[in-house]
Amino acid sequence: MTDGARPATPQGFPPREAATHCPYCALQCGMLLREDADGVTVLPRQFPTNRGGLCQKGWTAAELLDHPERLTTPLLRDPASGELRPASWDAALERIVTGIRAVQAESGRDAVAVFGGGGLTNEKAYALGKFARVGLRTRHIDYNGRFCMSSAAAAGLRAFGIDRGLPFPLADLGRADTLLLVGANPAETMPPLVRWLTEQRRNGGRLIVVDPRATATARQADLHLQPLPGTDLAVANALLHIALTEGWTDRAYVAERTTGFAAVRRSVAAWWPARAEQLSGVPVADLEATARALGTAGRAIILTARGAEQHAKGVDTVTAYVNLALALGLPGRPGSGYGCLTGQGNGQGGREHGQKADQLPGYRRIDDPAAREHVAGVWGVPADELPGPGVPAYQVLDSLGTPGGPRALLVLGSNPVVSAPRAAHVERRLRGLDLLVVADLLLSETAALADVVLPTAQWAEEDGTMTNLEGRVLRRRALRPPPPGVRTDLAILADLAARLAVAEPAAVPTDAPGPAGTAAARFPTDPAAVFAELRRASAGGPADYAGISWSRIDAADGVFWPCPTEDGPDTPRLFTDRFATPDGRARFHPVDHRPAAEPVCDEYPLHFTTGRVLAQYQSGTQTRRVDALRRAAPDAFVELHPDLAARLGIGDGEPVRVTSRRGELRAPARLSPTIRPDTVFAPFHWPGPARANSVTNDAVDPISGMPEFKICAVRVEKA
Amino acid sequence: MTERVVIVGNGMAGARLAAELDARGGDRKVTVLGAEPHRAYNRIMLSALLAGRIGEQDVELAETAGHGSDLRPGVPVTRIDRAGRTVRTADGDRIGYDHLVLATGSRAMVPPLPGLTGELPRRVVPFRTLDDCRRIRAVADGARSALVLGGGLLGLEAARGLATRGLATTVVHPTGHLMERQLDPAAGAVLAGTLAGLGVTIQLAVPATGVAADATGVRLELADGRSLHADLLVLSCGVRPDTTLAADAGLAVRHGVVVDDRLRTSDRRISAIGDCAEHDGTLTGLVAPAWAQARVLAQVLSGTEPLARYRPRPAVTRLKAAGIDLAAMGDATGGGPGEELTFSDPTRGTYARLRIRDERLTGAILIGDNPTIGTVIQLFDRGQPVPADRRSLLLGRASDGAGAAPAASPALMPDAATVCQCNTVTKGALVSCWRSGARSVDAVLAATRAGTGCGGCRDAVAGIVDWLSQADSVEVTR
Repeated sequence: MTDGARPATPQGFPPREAATHCPYCALQCGMLLREDADGVTVLPRQFPTNRGGLCQKGWTAAELLDHPERLTTPLLRDPASGELRPASWDAALERIVTGIRAVQAESGRDAVAVFGGGGLTNEKAYALGKFARVGLRTRHIDYNGRFCMSSAAAAGLRAFGIDRGLPFPLADLGRADTLLLVGANPAETMPPLVRWLTEQRRNGGRLIVVDPRATATARQADLHLQPLPGTDLAVANALLHIALTEGWTDRAYVAERTTGFAAVRRSVAAWWPARAEQLSGVPVADLEATARALGTAGRAIILTARGAEQHAKGVDTVTAYVNLALALGLPGRPGSGYGCLTGQGNGQGGREHGQKADQLPGYRRIDDPAAREHVAGVWGVPADELPGPGVPAYQVLDSLGTPGGPRALLVLGSNPVVSAPRAAHVERRLRGLDLLVVADLLLSETAALADVVLPTAQWAEEDGTMTNLEGRVLRRRALRPPPPGVRTDLAILADLAARLAVAEPAAVPTDAPGPAGTAAARFPTDPAAVFAELRRASAGGPADYAGISWSRIDAADGVFWPCPTEDGPDTPRLFTDRFATPDGRARFHPVDHRPAAEPVCDEYPLHFTTGRVLAQYQSGTQTRRVDALRRAAPDAFVELHPDLAARLGIGDGEPVRVTSRRGELRAPARLSPTIRPDTVFAPFHWPGPARANSVTNDAVDPISGMPEFKICAVRVEKA
Repeated sequence: MTERVVIVGNGMAGARLAAELDARGGDRKVTVLGAEPHRAYNRIMLSALLAGRIGEQDVELAETAGHGSDLRPGVPVTRIDRAGRTVRTADGDRIGYDHLVLATGSRAMVPPLPGLTGELPRRVVPFRTLDDCRRIRAVADGARSALVLGGGLLGLEAARGLATRGLATTVVHPTGHLMERQLDPAAGAVLAGTLAGLGVTIQLAVPATGVAADATGVRLELADGRSLHADLLVLSCGVRPDTTLAADAGLAVRHGVVVDDRLRTSDRRISAIGDCAEHDGTLTGLVAPAWAQARVLAQVLSGTEPLARYRPRPAVTRLKAAGIDLAAMGDATGGGPGEELTFSDPTRGTYARLRIRDERLTGAILIGDNPTIGTVIQLFDRGQPVPADRRSLLLGRASDGAGAAPAASPALMPDAATVCQCNTVTKGALVSCWRSGARSVDAVLAATRAGTGCGGCRDAVAGIVDWLSQADSVEVTR
């Protein structure tokens, strides 16, 4: 597994091991890394989420540790040639500090923006948020979780008063009599989770999947509802309509544990099933069967994922399913409930500790004066020096380099050139910056545009914590130190903060209370020290980590937040007694279907939707560089129904062009009867001509800022 | 100046228009005058209410409570003064308007039979409004039998609801098959058979000639000389647009209030939508077009899309109640050029007839268990091309190779076939693993990583190992 460029391991060592978790998705499968003279081996580990399973992404994760394309030195763009050239850390960091100082002096503090990622550890996400607010003092920080979880998060917050992807342990799935998956394809996105679905059906449960495509997950279902993309909300309202007319709602629960039902009852009265059928194409009989399976089950669980959430009406769509779950009395009942399948590895923790434009650590609101006081106290700065709320990710990206928009951008753990909607436009915005800094372990497509690229450590080279899709805080453990020339994100932030403080002493008052009077001390590089500070910052917040220590995580397969005290219990199950609202009741919100932001028309007559394939992860920066994964899923493709292909004169494997108002993608056709003939699909992992996000729509949800990745209007032609 | 919009009618069309206007904002005062004393309710759910499956609160619709909305149920309008731009209400009010919308709906027709002139007897009730529904339920409580006059969509829904309440229910229909406007005779027969199985008796091709009711029951006289007795008679003999106000005001009225593509009547300050409106010579009587009209009118009145025009879409008739699943659309009963697909299994109550022309559905009737019903409705509604394999329109999704189980015999699987998707392990890799010494399922799984992801391929791997162990002495590579 070594490439010969560098010894994989120190000489004459005994084999080293680290019990850690997979670097990729939110399932955070337990794995054991073992390093010996032959290199690093991945072994699956028994953990309550994966129970010894791993998918191909996990098995091959270690291949990137010594990958020939690994970045091991900073790169600076040479003004003369326009090329990226190796540079010293000192030169790179000075270039960044000089650039930041220049744009902030000219255009104010908000002229610098920070863009984070849902793969960063809790410690790094926390430090990044703190760095933005204290080091840069900009309001502009957001992250790619905006493209992932934000709609479910907003819907959960307004219904339950708290946002934890699954408010119950994953094992509950295996015991559900009825399990409804809406826009979720775990058979490809988190395969070991399917073990719970298999167990569920072995126990006699019914699995129902809502997806416009007959995915690998949908094909395992007892019932597959195949709606037109963008109609999941109407399907949910019709399910609740049926549950009401059939008397399956839990009236006692609704009366005792919720508010606002009357308005929802009246709004779903307008969604009789035949109306939803005509809109979605899901037969009334299937809607009825689904409502019956949910409404008459002893234990029922409703889960949403990106298919339902990545819409300009994503929050309302999730709310419709939350309404259904509440009306059936599911949330808080043991073995039942509503949940969201988080996508990115630390999508959950990443949004709890300050990477989000409107939030401070502990899932506190940045516009809440008490929250500001508390966090400012931990950070040792006056509360009135903390910036206010920023704007959601796409809005930041769209404003880069424009009048009034940020002129410098610092990117950690994200590749928006591939993953942002209307990506060609985003790419142009990035090119218009005075300064683009990207920290990554590989030269991502975004890093390739940067003025400064900083090589960072990767998962097996760092300690820290991740919070998985269950809200379970778990330990990432280092197998070995980063290679020479590579620094951790924490070290980079500490160094930048120190240099900025020298540049602008007023930004860091030395007389403020706090750990110490220097910026360096305020940005510790030791993740354990950062976690200790995170615990204090989160104490008393909705996502309270105060009682979570690394040793407690080690002792017990992780700790579920909230966990306010070290000797008190953690919270595997939320809502058993009350919801996290002021009155303890969950809130119904009436929501109505609305059309997609971009309807089909004569010029763009087909629906386009995007998604994932098993062997690739996110923007593919990592997985496209792993040989086995590249062999398994070498290229992008456009999936279309054979009938549609025949009408367009396109044969299987022939190159096609998919064009929207925003751009085009070119990739070979893959004919499949598993997709509706009025819809085409492409995975979004690839850059260049095959980039699916060249086509997608940048309309966003008014509440969450989630872009409409899952539906826009296109035409398809032979390329 | 604030524009004053007055909507006459708080039914499904009027209430919807108020909501559509509210959603578009603007400086506007909207007054909704409803003749019925209730909140806006969903007429489509009345059959469920009749059946006793839901309560009255369950049929309430969301009402606009915006700043500019004034909802006034129980206030009938008695006349329109077009010159003065006011409406007069039954309680003597005069309400001025800048734009008036008639959404007066339609009234149940009472057939001109002896015994039904003047005020209806207590045991004879039309089925149209929430009050009708209350009256039917009041009589049905303690009743054991019911007659329904009229075998159209609403009559059959009423009959199904009454049967659900446990009443012995008979439908009397004057023509030779049920729902003759939507169904062909064969479909009508399948439907009649389905209803019979649900406890509803059907009397076809027999006009009624008179009604006699007293305190103990009601008797329906038939043209063939028979008479049927029951505790309750529900009239479902069609509806007539309520055009009285419009006609009295001198607006152009044919069968309904005549409107153009903007839903404007012959007075440019007055519009009409829903059941009372006649567009392009057509009355709709369904919710979908009424709501489409409400949307267009809101776009025009609010100025958000002043060029919006109402373009009728072909109607889909849908009857879905426990044990009945029927959809009818377009013209499926006529012949003429084009293709026709049929499937009939009367014993199991399944029937399908589809007409196709130029790769588009021009009409369809589906009764019973037709898994394609959602697809057919969407293809028809959107005018999208039909599948190349026509069978998939009748029988469900075409056979799906992608999700197929592993081939019955591992010997027939190609080496390149992927057995384990999660770890991309082919049959060939499993065979190689066996040949290099792994001799058990666990050993093969461990060496190839097959089955370590979702675990779904373990049975398939076991099958291949089993086949290899039996075929080991013979040639196993293919």
